[in-house]
Amino acid sequence: MPVKDYIRERFFPHIWCPGCGHGTVMGSMIRAIENLGIKKSDIVVVSGIGCSSRICGYLDFHTLHTIHGRALAFATGVKLSRPELTLIAPMGDGDAFAIGGNHLIHSARRNIDITAIIMNNSIYGMTGGQYSPLTGYGDFATTAPFGNIDRSFDVVKLAMGAGASFVARTTTYHVRSMIKILEKAITHKGFSVVDILSQCPTYFGRKNKLGSAVDMLKYYKTHTIPIGSKEKEKNPDLIERGIFVQEEYPEYCTEYDKIIEKASKER
Amino acid sequence: MKKNLLFVQGNEACVEAALYAGLEFFAGYPITPSTEIAELLSYRLPKKGGKFIQMEDEISSMCAIIGASLTGKKVMTATSGPGFSLKQEAIGFAVMTETPCVIVNVQRGGPSTGLPTSVSQGDVMQARWGTHGEHSIITLTASNNQDAFAMTVEAFNLSETFRTPVILLFDEVVAHTRERLIMPEKGKINVVKRLRTSVKEGTDYHPYLPREDGRLPMSDFGGVHRYNVTGLMHDMWGFPSNNPKIVYGLTHHLVDKIEGHTKEITRIKEFFIEDAEYLLISYGSSARTALHVVENRRARGEKVGLLELQTLWPFPADTVRKRCASVNCVIVVEMNMGQILQEVKKAVDDPDKVFLANQINGSFITPTDILNILRIIQGKGS
Repeated sequence: MPVKDYIRERFFPHIWCPGCGHGTVMGSMIRAIENLGIKKSDIVVVSGIGCSSRICGYLDFHTLHTIHGRALAFATGVKLSRPELTLIAPMGDGDAFAIGGNHLIHSARRNIDITAIIMNNSIYGMTGGQYSPLTGYGDFATTAPFGNIDRSFDVVKLAMGAGASFVARTTTYHVRSMIKILEKAITHKGFSVVDILSQCPTYFGRKNKLGSAVDMLKYYKTHTIPIGSKEKEKNPDLIERGIFVQEEYPEYCTEYDKIIEKASKER
Repeated sequence: MKKNLLFVQGNEACVEAALYAGLEFFAGYPITPSTEIAELLSYRLPKKGGKFIQMEDEISSMCAIIGASLTGKKVMTATSGPGFSLKQEAIGFAVMTETPCVIVNVQRGGPSTGLPTSVSQGDVMQARWGTHGEHSIITLTASNNQDAFAMTVEAFNLSETFRTPVILLFDEVVAHTRERLIMPEKGKINVVKRLRTSVKEGTDYHPYLPREDGRLPMSDFGGVHRYNVTGLMHDMWGFPSNNPKIVYGLTHHLVDKIEGHTKEITRIKEFFIEDAEYLLISYGSSARTALHVVENRRARGEKVGLLELQTLWPFPADTVRKRCASVNCVIVVEMNMGQILQEVKKAVDDPDKVFLANQINGSFITPTDILNILRIIQGKGS
C-alpha cells in the first residue's frame, strides 16, 4: 500500500512546524508497518500529550490520544485486554521521561509487548520550548535562560536498567536504519524502547543556535556512530546508535494467560 | 443454609456484584479501606478468563481500565480518598471520551492521608467536581451489603447506558461491615450490555454521532472500525476541534445526557415518609444510624421519616423538594460538614427548615448525634 493509505488525509494539514523531525518518524513508522505487512485494524497507537502525540490523529489505525505522560498506562489496558493487537506508543521526551517516567520503567519491568517510540527532541515543544529531562546540561530553553543545570537521562541506559527487552537508538537522519529498527522493535515480543533523536529547529535549535533543520540533521550525521565504533574511543561525546538490547524474557500477557490456566484448573 | 446466602463485607458484596454485572477487567493499586476489592478480584477474575492487574500507581490504574473499556470490556477500579484525588484527571478523560467505567471510592477520613482506617463521607463534592472543567457525572451510594450489591450492578448498567464513568461512593463502615448478602440469581437483576454499532465494515462509522435517542453506539478498539479517541474537544469523527459550535454542542451533550435523565438515574429508599413531620435525609452508612433513630422514634409515636439517597449525582433535587414540602423540619445526616446539606437547602422551598446532624471525628455517627439535634428542633432539649 502507498504511504497515503496509512494516513487520514481529512485531518491534514498537520500541526508540526516546518523542519520538524516528527514527520520523518511518522513516515518511517508507516514504512516499517508496511514492510511487516500488519493489517491496519490490528494496530493500536496510543499517545500522550505534546507535539509528538498528535501523530495519533494522522494515522489510520485505532488511535488513542490520551493525557500527559500516561500513554503506556492506557496502552497496558488495551494490550492486556486484547493481547493479539499490536501496540505502539509514540511519546515525546517530556511525556515519556518526566511526567510519564514511572509508567515507562514499570512497563519495561513487566515486559509487556508494547513498542515505545521516544520522539526525542530534547524540549517541550507544544508549550513553547521549556527544558525536559532530555535537555543537556548547559543547554538553553525558555525556562533555562541561564543554561540548564539538570543532568539529562540516558534513555538507553535507563530503559536497560528498567529491564526493557529491546532497546535501540536512531536519528531522523538515519531513516533507512530507523525503518529497520522499528520493524524489529514492533516484531519483538516484549517491551521495546526506541529512542529517536528528532530535530526541533523552532525551539531547541533556535534557543541553542543550532541553525536550520538541515544543520541539525547534519549534526546527527556527524555526532552519532554505530554501536561499537572505534571512533567512540577517540571522541567519547559521540552518541551511539543501533540495537543495544534484544533479549527474550517472559512477556506479561503470555504470563497472564498462564495465570488464567492455573486459576481455571483450581476448583 | 441456603446456597445463595453469604456472610460478607461490603467490599466483597461489591466484588460479587461486579462479577454479576459482567466485570472482565480490573486495574488497581493497594489502598485502605478498599484493598479487599483488589485482593478478591486478583483471585476471581482469572478464574472466569478476566484480567486483573496491579498497576504502578493510582493514575495508571484509572488509565488502564479506560484502555480496556475501549476494547469492549466491562471495567472497574477501586480506591480511597488519596487515590481518588490522583485519578481525577483520567476520570475527566473518561468523561470527555464517553468511555464506560466504574470507580469505587471507599471513603475514609481526609484531607490528605487523614484517617486511613476511619469512616467519613467527605468526598461527596469531589465525586461531583473532582475533575476539572464543565461536566456531569453519576454517583451512587449504599448503606448495607444488599444495596452495595444492587448499586454496583446499577453502576455498570448506568455507565453503559450513558457512556460515562460512574462513581460508587462507599464508605469505610459499609465496606468493612460483615453482614448477610443474598446473591440474586442470574437474570434476577437486569444487566445492560455494551451498545455496539450496527454500521458494517467499509461504511463510515462516526464514534461521536449520537443516535436519535441520544445514545452513542460503540465500536471495539481492535474491531473493524478505526477511529480516533482524544481528550481534546472533538467532532463526530473524534478529531480535535476548537470550532465554537462544536465545543458548545459537546459541552452541552456531556452535561445534558446526565442532568436531562436525573429522574431515570435517581435511586432512593423511603421509610415512614407519608405522614412524617420530621424528615431525615441521609445516605451511605449514615443512613443506617438515621434509620435506627426513625424506627426508635416511631415506636414512641413520633412522626419521623427517612429519605435515603442512593443516587447523589445527578442530585435528585425535584424528588427532595417534593418529599420535603409537607414536613416541619428536615435534618440531613452525614459524616462531613454539610456537603449534601447545601444541596438539600438549594432544592427545597424553605431552606431555613433544613438542619444538619453530623459527625466528623472519625467515629461512626451515633443515634445520639442525631437525637441531640432532633430534640432541640422539637423543643424537647437544649
